[in-house]
Amino acid sequence: MDVGVAVFPGANCDRDVGWALAGCLGWRVTFLWHQDATLPRKLDALVLPGGFSYGDYLRCGAIAGSAPLLGAVADFAAMGGPVLGICNGFQVLTEAGLLPGGLIRNRGLHFVCRDQRLQVASRHSPWLHHFAPGDALTLPIAHGEGCYHIDPPGLRQLEDHDQIALRYLDNPNGSVGHIAGVSNKAGNILGLMPHPERACDQATGGTDGQALLRGLERWTDLS
Amino acid sequence: MPRFHATVRVGLRPSVLDPAGEAVCAAAQRLGHGAIQSIRIGKAIEIRLEAPDAATARQQLEALSAQLLANPVMETWSLELHNREV
Repeated sequence: MDVGVAVFPGANCDRDVGWALAGCLGWRVTFLWHQDATLPRKLDALVLPGGFSYGDYLRCGAIAGSAPLLGAVADFAAMGGPVLGICNGFQVLTEAGLLPGGLIRNRGLHFVCRDQRLQVASRHSPWLHHFAPGDALTLPIAHGEGCYHIDPPGLRQLEDHDQIALRYLDNPNGSVGHIAGVSNKAGNILGLMPHPERACDQATGGTDGQALLRGLERWTDLS
Repeated sequence: MPRFHATVRVGLRPSVLDPAGEAVCAAAQRLGHGAIQSIRIGKAIEIRLEAPDAATARQQLEALSAQLLANPVMETWSLELHNREV
């Protein structure tokens, strides 16, 4: 796999994602600078990492959502390229209009940092197609603004188009419908609040994240 | 080019829970301000810009508000265009 990882100022998980993809999965990783409006070559997938892009100024992900690199991400996604947004990367994708809904302050106001039990709600994405609906995963979460918000008609659309990818088993942040991750209608863009890159090695508390990330390999073989 | 001063106010949609506002409201009531019914927290963004006239300034600021300053999924915004500066 040849994967691009976006680098935004303040997004501190880009190196973690690089370590997980290159060190644990053995993939080729290229870091993509936020000011670049084009991709260096044809890549297999793009990852927007977690952190606090542009200091979370204005709204989480708002400024990164209009960065030059996002134009290239949108073009890549429009051609069917797989795009994964993790935590702040999920926020960036919603701000860029590539995923529906938005993320707001956790209902309990606390920054929540813990291992989180999740349930696969849809197989409709390259990262989840190899699971069965209802499969349970445990992935770390670490966010203050992870409460997923969408209005009732939007929620119905998500359900109708099988776009709810992951749900929390015990909702940590007040997200509507216990939603932890959503995909676009086509399924090639996935955003999720949990951090799969932090669960890729038994030494750091589990490998469910590796199982999720590896989905891309099988999906690429199939397509 | 004439210069203008504007304030864009951004707040969560009424249907969106504002846990920070609720926490501040609870603190206000605890301090004895029992008449306070609710508090919602937003932000005020102060902008100075150059434009040939007020209508053009308004048009630019409306476009900016919709594009960047507010996210219509969960926020609303309002624009106040103040005096033309000399």
